[in-house]
Amino acid sequence: MQPFSYERAEEVRRAVAAVAVNPQARFISGGTNLLDLMKLGIERPTDVIDISRLPLDRIEAAEEGGLRIGAQVRNSDLAADPRVRARYPVLAQALLAGASGQIRNKASTAGNLLQRTRCYYFYDRNMPCNKREPGSGCAALEGLNRMHAVLGGSDACIAVHPSDMAVAMTALGARVETLSPSGDTRTIPITELHRLPGAEPHVETTLEHGEMIMAVTLPPPPAGRQIYRKVRDRASYAFALVSVAAIVAVSNGQVRSARIALGGVAPKPWRAVNAELALAGAPATERTYTQAADAALAGARGYGGNDFKIPLARRTLRYTLAAAGELV
Amino acid sequence: MADSMTQPSRNRASTGDDRPIGQPIDRVDGPLKVAGRATYAYEQTLGGTPAYGYIRGAAIARGRIAAIDTSAAERAPGVLFVMTHRNAPAQTAFGPSVTPTVPEAFTRARPMLANDRVRYYDEPVALVVAETFEAARAAADLIEVRYARESGVFDLHTHLDDAYAPIRTNAGFETDSAVGDFMGAFSRAAVKVDATYRTPYEHHNPMEPHATLAVWSGDEVTIHTSAQTLANYQAGLANTLGMPPERVRIVSPFIGGGFGSKLIVHADTVLAALAARVLARPVKIALTRQQMFANAGYRAEMIQQVRLGADPDGRLIAMGHDVHSATSRFEEFCEQTAVFARSLYAAPNRLTRHRLVGVDLNRGEWMRSPGEAPGMLAFECAMDELAERLGLDPIELRIRNEPSEDPERGVPFSTRNLVDCMREGARRFGWERRNPQPGCIREGRQLIGYGMAAAIRPNYIGATTARVAIDADGQVTAQLDMTDIGTGTYTILTQIAAESLGVPLSAVTVELGDSRFPRTSGSGGSWGAASTGSAIHRACAALKTRILEAARSNESSPLYGMDLAEASFVGGEVLVGERSENLADLIRRIAPEGIDAEGTVASVRETESYAAYSQHSYGAHFAEVAVDCDTGEIRMRRMLAVIGAGRILNAKTARSQILGGMTWGIGAALMEESVLDSRHGHFVNHDLAEYHVPVNGDVQDMQAVFLEEHDDKANPLGAKGLGELGVCGAGAAIANAVYNATGVRVREFPVTLDKLLPELPMVAI
Repeated sequence: MQPFSYERAEEVRRAVAAVAVNPQARFISGGTNLLDLMKLGIERPTDVIDISRLPLDRIEAAEEGGLRIGAQVRNSDLAADPRVRARYPVLAQALLAGASGQIRNKASTAGNLLQRTRCYYFYDRNMPCNKREPGSGCAALEGLNRMHAVLGGSDACIAVHPSDMAVAMTALGARVETLSPSGDTRTIPITELHRLPGAEPHVETTLEHGEMIMAVTLPPPPAGRQIYRKVRDRASYAFALVSVAAIVAVSNGQVRSARIALGGVAPKPWRAVNAELALAGAPATERTYTQAADAALAGARGYGGNDFKIPLARRTLRYTLAAAGELV
Repeated sequence: MADSMTQPSRNRASTGDDRPIGQPIDRVDGPLKVAGRATYAYEQTLGGTPAYGYIRGAAIARGRIAAIDTSAAERAPGVLFVMTHRNAPAQTAFGPSVTPTVPEAFTRARPMLANDRVRYYDEPVALVVAETFEAARAAADLIEVRYARESGVFDLHTHLDDAYAPIRTNAGFETDSAVGDFMGAFSRAAVKVDATYRTPYEHHNPMEPHATLAVWSGDEVTIHTSAQTLANYQAGLANTLGMPPERVRIVSPFIGGGFGSKLIVHADTVLAALAARVLARPVKIALTRQQMFANAGYRAEMIQQVRLGADPDGRLIAMGHDVHSATSRFEEFCEQTAVFARSLYAAPNRLTRHRLVGVDLNRGEWMRSPGEAPGMLAFECAMDELAERLGLDPIELRIRNEPSEDPERGVPFSTRNLVDCMREGARRFGWERRNPQPGCIREGRQLIGYGMAAAIRPNYIGATTARVAIDADGQVTAQLDMTDIGTGTYTILTQIAAESLGVPLSAVTVELGDSRFPRTSGSGGSWGAASTGSAIHRACAALKTRILEAARSNESSPLYGMDLAEASFVGGEVLVGERSENLADLIRRIAPEGIDAEGTVASVRETESYAAYSQHSYGAHFAEVAVDCDTGEIRMRRMLAVIGAGRILNAKTARSQILGGMTWGIGAALMEESVLDSRHGHFVNHDLAEYHVPVNGDVQDMQAVFLEEHDDKANPLGAKGLGELGVCGAGAAIANAVYNATGVRVREFPVTLDKLLPELPMVAI
């Protein structure tokens, strides 16, 4: 860790300005990821602006029955919010499946979205990594890649985004509100917040430097039963090998609508649009859900150690869709 | 330590109970630990303001340092000293590449930054010492190292042709054993299993990292560290620095777990001592969690072939256990993986062998239940496979092969209650509910399975001396250089001294963890309780003899001139027939300055009893697992261990030890694996996020039951080692339960869902 200045931000615009002027400046909130990366010399900010005490920590009703979640709401508070628990159970389940109680108490909503990959080679500065050091190569492609992406990866990077929360928010159609250094605000669909790696895996989001996430807005809950299913190697405190956020509405034996996102399989929370299309209007049968799961994984590619994720995601999705779709 | 240990104990058992041995007494050091008042090595502040060291490790696994530029680090703020091979103080050379003798492995010189060679990935190449930890770490990053990289050997599987036989295994066992004609009998056997299992590299990962504060005073150094065995640290550091051991003092009163990774000196201790001498100032160094994967030992990867041949009735006629293990090329370590099999089951034709393949890694070390942990994982799964092939219940198969004497040594067992352990376990666990047909029990989407395995572990005793003193207030102090690595040593020794001398627990203070105290076995090999407990027991006996002799010749004592052969010490009184005297009053008169005595036990191998009897602890493990039929996720439901390990000294700490061992069994069966990247020679998943050990959520209903036992051949207390027994076979019981649940036999540990999934049929929704 290199020496850095620390400033506790008192005001949103000043915090944005302070980071915007210095390419080496970073926002910090819970610090559950950035601090580790700084200790390992992977992130080397010269200035750290602490935004955790900015007044962005409220959960409020939004227009048309939605919910607006302040960027600084803690993961544990969000999971415990009665409105979230009652109307967005998939989000509460995802939050509680993530990390540990201690980390959830520190981690913020925006920080969770912007956490970086847990790829072992990204974390080891002796190893080549295009995300950490553009152009140095990817050690995971032919190395240990058990945790890596089967969808959306590139020859430059197959790291996965580790969030559970973001997967549920993707299924819920969340939008991300930001404030940019120019003073403009904008709203980005969550599916457009993260970039796929392509040839530039070090560019992970569509945010410009200094642009701050202010809130995440959830539209009114979609119709249907909501389920978050996380598959992992141990019962708690492990990143997802595969996770599924599914919301399926069924009436008269027919799927009316479905919203599906996958975690642990791609460089970003992965909205499974093909599977959603396969379900809409189809009979609510095991066959339908199996076909939808197949559609979601069409085009998936394994790299050896992560080949198992393709059948694992398919099987997990099949059963989770069936459970959300009232077959079980 | 001493002050806070004399607080009156509120243990229930201490109120009016004169027989504290065996009672479930709370840890006497518990309140200190939960209140944060137990000071661990890195928290010590003795000797003045310390400087902080940070180790820079090699970025290659084999080669040479071609150039190293420390100028930027030396100029960095707060930096006091940068040490590399170019300026490191003289140390004793490391010595020959292979260590044929076991004692030398514990005490040999382990120089650091000694030359430009890199022998393994993350080997220290520089040390930065600064005013703060942060300054040292930041400056360590500024060192520029250029390497001349050489290709290395890392892969066990592709180098099996290079395997060699070591002179002997760890703990001094014969490398091979052979009885009868194994190959002939195996080829003739009616029913056979020939199965090869792979067990992975594993790391100890104690909560407390390896850490040292070194403080010099003249030409003597005091090392505050986290050590299991102080004598080894003292000898190892003295040999490295080329100084007499009596000028090295090792202090380690509290240890945040060791599991065998703290038996010998490591980089933190050697480098702190070197830097503190150069700077004439205390220096503190801790390994980071990542550094511990390269610099604090590991269990090696192994390939184990188990061959079992039986007659149709299930009697073994041939039993073979062949082990290939990776070992460091510069320092051999051969885990005694097949040794337990020499004593476990009867079979007239037997073969056990250990072979090693050299790789470019740091030395392997002793990891909890060395030998049995990986060996029983393989062997007890093979027994399960054989039982199925025979159509026999796994317990019945084991009972049919119960030997009447040690099958290879031909001597009787001291105590052996394996069959009782299995029968009692079966009764308590509801073993009769197991369906021998695998993959048949489903609850919702969960496949349910039961598994069991036997446990065996040798009873070791290490040479130990303890001193016990009583003062004129009747306060008893025991001193020995033993350590309590979280096992409860402080507590059981307090119980033994209190019972031996007939004083309350609150009158006893046990002082451990200082090399100035009498030399002991240290903690390792589950031998601490038997070794130090026996020494304390004997020291108390010697102390009582001294007291009685003084009383008999003291004219003002009520015991003057009496025959004291029948004297007893109970309730703070010395009783002889109808007469008695208060112990404190007696001491005050006969020895106002206090009186002490020492007690000693010899290493077990030097005893007649060891030659005459096969001495082991035994147990039976039972496990119930649930496997998700869609995802293959394996979750524990229940575990039970029934243990026969001689006399239990403290029912609570013994239970905790067994539960801890069973939890290690969960890790070994289902989670733990250090993945070696053979391109780079490094352990890829070198942190606790990706090296999985069981968390609370993985540990469900878990029971440990002890059979009533007293092994009078083992030692004066009748107790035997048990800590590591909880590991032995526990993982195999789980793996066998996974097989019973799914019908999928995974022979490559850990058993993870990706290995089950291809064989798990899709289940209709």
